[in-house]
Amino acid sequence: MIDFGFSISKSSHIQMDDVDLKTFKKLEALNPDINTCMSCGLCTATCSAGNFTDVSFRKIILMLQRGKDKEALQKVKRCMMCGKCMMICSRGINTRNILLSITRLYNEEEK
Amino acid sequence: MTPSYDNTYTMKERNVLIIGGGPAGMEAAHQLKQLGFNPIIVERNDKLGGHLAQWDRLFPTSETAEGLLERLKENIKDVEVRLNSRITNIEKNAETFHVTLSNNKNFDVDAVVICTGFDLFNAEKKQEYGYGIYDRVITNAELEEYFKTHNDKRIDEPQRIGFVHCVGSRDIKVNNTYCSKVCCATALKQACEIKDEFPDADVYCFYMDLRMFGKGYEDLYLKAQKDFDIKCVRGRVCEVSENIEGKLVIKAEDTLLGTPMKMTLDLLVLMCGMEKSKGADEIQKMLNIESNKDGFIENLGAFVGMNKTKEKGVFVAGACTSPKTLPDTIAEARSTAMEVYHYLCNN
Amino acid sequence: MIVEGKQKIWADYQKDIPDDHYYYVRSCIRQSFFPASEVTFLDITRNKLGKDFYENPYHTTCGGIAYHSDSIPQETAMTIIARQFALMHESGYENYVCSCITSFGCYTETLETWHEFPELEAKIRQYLWDSCKKEFAKPKYLAHSSDIIYKFRNEIAAKAKYKLVNAKTGKPLKVVEHIGCHYAKMFPSKGFGGAEYPHVLVGMIEAWGGEVVDYPERRHCCGFGFRQYFVQANRGYSMSNTYKKFESMEPYEPDLIITNCPGCPYFLDRWQYVIAEQTGKTYGKNGYGIPALTYEEVAGLVLGYNPWDLGLQMHQVAIEPLLDKMGIEYDPKAKYKGVNNKDLGTPENPVNIKLM
Repeated sequence: MIDFGFSISKSSHIQMDDVDLKTFKKLEALNPDINTCMSCGLCTATCSAGNFTDVSFRKIILMLQRGKDKEALQKVKRCMMCGKCMMICSRGINTRNILLSITRLYNEEEK
Repeated sequence: MTPSYDNTYTMKERNVLIIGGGPAGMEAAHQLKQLGFNPIIVERNDKLGGHLAQWDRLFPTSETAEGLLERLKENIKDVEVRLNSRITNIEKNAETFHVTLSNNKNFDVDAVVICTGFDLFNAEKKQEYGYGIYDRVITNAELEEYFKTHNDKRIDEPQRIGFVHCVGSRDIKVNNTYCSKVCCATALKQACEIKDEFPDADVYCFYMDLRMFGKGYEDLYLKAQKDFDIKCVRGRVCEVSENIEGKLVIKAEDTLLGTPMKMTLDLLVLMCGMEKSKGADEIQKMLNIESNKDGFIENLGAFVGMNKTKEKGVFVAGACTSPKTLPDTIAEARSTAMEVYHYLCNN
Repeated sequence: MIVEGKQKIWADYQKDIPDDHYYYVRSCIRQSFFPASEVTFLDITRNKLGKDFYENPYHTTCGGIAYHSDSIPQETAMTIIARQFALMHESGYENYVCSCITSFGCYTETLETWHEFPELEAKIRQYLWDSCKKEFAKPKYLAHSSDIIYKFRNEIAAKAKYKLVNAKTGKPLKVVEHIGCHYAKMFPSKGFGGAEYPHVLVGMIEAWGGEVVDYPERRHCCGFGFRQYFVQANRGYSMSNTYKKFESMEPYEPDLIITNCPGCPYFLDRWQYVIAEQTGKTYGKNGYGIPALTYEEVAGLVLGYNPWDLGLQMHQVAIEPLLDKMGIEYDPKAKYKGVNNKDLGTPENPVNIKLM
């Protein structure tokens, strides 16, 4: 193969056809309220860890829905489980339980 | 001066022309009849009901369109209705209007209520969506027709379905910068209904804002998310094409993630917005009434003058002045009837 | 696919093209990319169709490449264009036909801008006078040269020696059409068929017997993008766009790509070599690529011109499989022979994509 000094870049498009949502469906089954998120941003605005890291609950959910599992799990790791997002969520989403479910389900997946 | 309305004339002798036999026209006629006038509905089609007659179920309650239509009809069974009729001329005399119909019948009226409603946006104009080119791109009206008849070859066990909000609305490229008001709620209603029929399908709604402003609308949104697993993606579909299997390939941006996305769909439903009914153009010409910047009929102000036009004795009700929901339309038809009442009693 | 839907749009986006007496301006890069395309265009229109085409030897580039890569301001580009119009006017013509899509876009943009801002037109008029002592008249008609071939596509079909048909099976060839972005994306009403479903090349393909392939990334840019290609560090991005298109058209197994822009056929052709040498992948059958030709080259093949006179040996992707399919006779040994049998030299053989 020849090195031309440049190469094909990966498309930034999320190809939804290739996204495997099996684990997300399990997560949904355990936490039906997960889909009521309307991305208002309260969780991220109030997040204790979010002031110092890139953790954002709404983005974690969105990324899992779009198959960006690795990036999402990276964010989950930053969570300090303080509970502020659960306290403030205007849709009443049980964010704490969802984060715990994610850790369990997606880590099982890795094993 | 407070009008006493202790009038010497007989209200029954006062004719009111109602142009258009949709929900606005029917309700205005009903109220005017109750008030003692003689409303005459002129409808160009062979039946009453306008778009309501084409619809299956109504948001947010899912009650049938037919049920509402029957109630509206029941209310006007004593009202004079002229179907299959076009107005060919309206001539204003001192206090009355001389009306000529397509069958050459003519009569005098004391007031006119324009209830010409709306046309659905012609989806072919948004060429990038390929309506009329790609088989599985359909409109909200066609999906509603399917719910009524269950007869549409294009809807064949779809596994992935998309809804595009704001088709022909909030879009300077088609010269419609306004919001059509009903599409957000209609999309979520139809999304739930189609999910109900095909429970294994993934249903996506591509929206820019979900404008769930009315009573029960936000509940519909929650229900769609929670009970029907409708996936709302914030971002407008930019392009539709067809792959080798005849399935649709769409592109949009997930603006909440800031990433472009692509997916293959079995069905794409375009939420066509409202434009003023083209039938209103001739009527406006006859009555010397202009259009506003959105192309709808110009009424007198946003707060209290919405039932009136600049021409004395010419009133408006319903979606002919701006996109409206059914509750808005019916409420406005009632208030217009009241304005006509005040006008006729003072004349 | 509902063909009637497309036909409706095609009928809506038609434009007037005069029947004769055109003033022709060349592209600055096409002559080196596809050395016979413009000559063939003039030969077809003048000698086969009997049209009057005039070329003024003093005409220059339109300035489009410099304009689009931000090295000259728009007013400079407009003054260059004003000079081109002045030359047309001096030559006694008013139907302006340009060979390049970038130019077509620049001319259209300039005329529309002058229409909206007459004070700018007056300023450019002054600039032209100050710099060249020339005065210009705006063309009565502006067309791209693919519009002319489109207009006379049926006349060409009537004179055709070959068709876009597989001579052995009798089946139409599957043809991808690729339209230069600046043909109609900026001003959809200026292109035959508009911007979403352009008809300009579709009309030729159908008139000459081929079958049009409409694949998901049809509307996607070839990736040239001026600065994207000119800067080496950006070339991967340029190539990725082409790659995206090939991946999307691959399942349709196209026999040919036909284009109307200087950049597109060049990059759709050359990037196939780079993709093959980087990834090992080719998009034609048996290690070949998919030929990407200009519409003039395709018109020339259909009319029976010698493929080597059409300059088809200058393409990276081997043309022979297409010639064989169409049943065109050619001398394989003459591929790299120039005028008077001059030896043009033989290119090095790539590892992953066949050259002959």
